[in-house]
Amino acid sequence: MGQRMLMKGNEAIAEAAIRAGCVHYFGYPITPQTEIAHYMAKKLPKVNGVFLQAESEVAAINMVYGAASTGTRVMTSSSSPGISLKQEGLSYLAGSQVPAVVVNIVRAGPGLGGIQPSQSDYFQSCKGGGHGDYRQIVLAPSSVQELYELTVEAFNLSDKYRIVTIIQGDGILGQMMEVVEFRDNEPIERPETPWAVTGHENKREQNVITSIHLNPAVLEQWNRNLQEKYRLIREKEARYELYNADDSDVIIVAYGTVARIAKSVIEKAKEEGFNVGLLRPITLWPFPQEAFEKVIDRAKAFLTVEMSSGQMLEDVKLSVNGRKPVYFHGRMGGMVPERDDILKIIRDIYASA
Amino acid sequence: MAIVFQKPKALKDTALHYCPGCTHGIAHRLVAEVLDELDIEGKTIGIASVGCSYNSYDYFGCDMIQAPHGRAPAVATGVKRSKPDSIVFTYQGDGDLAAIGTAEIIHAAARGENITVIFINNTIYGMTSGQMAPTTLLNQYTTTTPYGRISDLHGFPINVSEVLSVLEGPAYIERASLHDVKHIKKAKEAIKKAFTVQIMKKGFSMVELLSTCPTNWGLSPVEALNRIKNEMIPQYPLGVFKERL
Repeated sequence: MGQRMLMKGNEAIAEAAIRAGCVHYFGYPITPQTEIAHYMAKKLPKVNGVFLQAESEVAAINMVYGAASTGTRVMTSSSSPGISLKQEGLSYLAGSQVPAVVVNIVRAGPGLGGIQPSQSDYFQSCKGGGHGDYRQIVLAPSSVQELYELTVEAFNLSDKYRIVTIIQGDGILGQMMEVVEFRDNEPIERPETPWAVTGHENKREQNVITSIHLNPAVLEQWNRNLQEKYRLIREKEARYELYNADDSDVIIVAYGTVARIAKSVIEKAKEEGFNVGLLRPITLWPFPQEAFEKVIDRAKAFLTVEMSSGQMLEDVKLSVNGRKPVYFHGRMGGMVPERDDILKIIRDIYASA
Repeated sequence: MAIVFQKPKALKDTALHYCPGCTHGIAHRLVAEVLDELDIEGKTIGIASVGCSYNSYDYFGCDMIQAPHGRAPAVATGVKRSKPDSIVFTYQGDGDLAAIGTAEIIHAAARGENITVIFINNTIYGMTSGQMAPTTLLNQYTTTTPYGRISDLHGFPINVSEVLSVLEGPAYIERASLHDVKHIKKAKEAIKKAFTVQIMKKGFSMVELLSTCPTNWGLSPVEALNRIKNEMIPQYPLGVFKERL
């Protein structure tokens, strides 16, 4: 059995990254994710890595761009307003196919917003916060154990597809403490990086990392290649959890912190005689559409619950595609959906069915 | 027959796209000659910026990264921290370095980041067709200062080498000019020194090169060279501003 430790979510991410072979971290302080930087500042020098506090989020993501271009495993982390500043860099990383891991411990917006938990950056992460036709893998853990496991996985996925992987948490997940059981050996998969800029040592052709192609025909082909990669990821990497969903009438669709609340709703609903299940996307992009096919015949309705005005809701509706009713409950501004409010909606759904 | 002059090895065969009379070609050549003479091309990683030289990787043969506008010093920092034994340089214009990239250049310099910056100062945005740059001289006409740069409206030119030289971090900062053979030779020595400082791991080095933009200045190539001598050098004096070796 691996080592067990009581850890904050943010610390579990940092520890997982180091275990995954991340040697450099570039970041800028912002609540509620700063413990990641604290942990990295303490630990990275001990593994011959570099922790560098950048002058801005903009500089931090560009340091990531440079370091990752050498084929090194690197990461940055931030929270919503900081992630907005990184969008330019994320678009360049996507356009030049440089792999990197970026953590977003989401806080409520818009603007400076607040520091309480939120899921209002779903559009930004999944629909392209920066310019251009691009995608990034978005992982949505819902426990500290999963923060650890998915962080390791994020590095593998990024390297495999030469893509940015976002770990999308929220203020609750980043700040709460849970027991983490660490593996003795991490399942690290690192493909060769013949594309990396390392200095050609007069032994090979020049390598260039770039996203500019002024010839529109060339740029369209470049985009087609990107889209083909995204198609492959959609096909192979969608992940989800179905919980009590085999024969339930109402399926709650929720991720991250809200999925945990949904599970307590399901237990309470059972006591009242309601058969409720959970569909929890673990990858927000690619969105796990196939999970809906597994439950859609039996389910009478879907209820999307989010800490937003209804962002994932759009993908749920696209997946259900009019075949069953889709209800929504959302809280904003750092407020968290409450079990009894969700239960009340479920009673209403049963009453109207 | 003895070869007395040839293209540097570190330059590729691609024909340059720069305008007639533009000094980018000279600056490229000087950097390439230095990479050859120090025999460092194989371990050099260059950072291209945004501006006319966005595709300098089509001309330099070393490994290169194309950086977002102004961010080359941050990208260079990431590269150098990952591969401390590589040689890393950025090649940036004055819009890139002195306007949108002000934070990145100041902090890379302040950290004493062990990189070399080649800074092309031609007092104008070339690629986007001649807008005012932070380095634009007072009274200079540009497409966004059609009545001339007026200090009350547009502020004053930024002397980047002087600004950076007050920081502890930089090891070597020199301003040179490309307007005649004598000064081109001095510029070459400055570039060579800057790379040597990096090889010696002394910290941040930068060479500011006073350069032409005949197209957007509306001058002939010869008139443009004369403008450097007569108008730019009085605002941007040549010399070594920092030497901490």
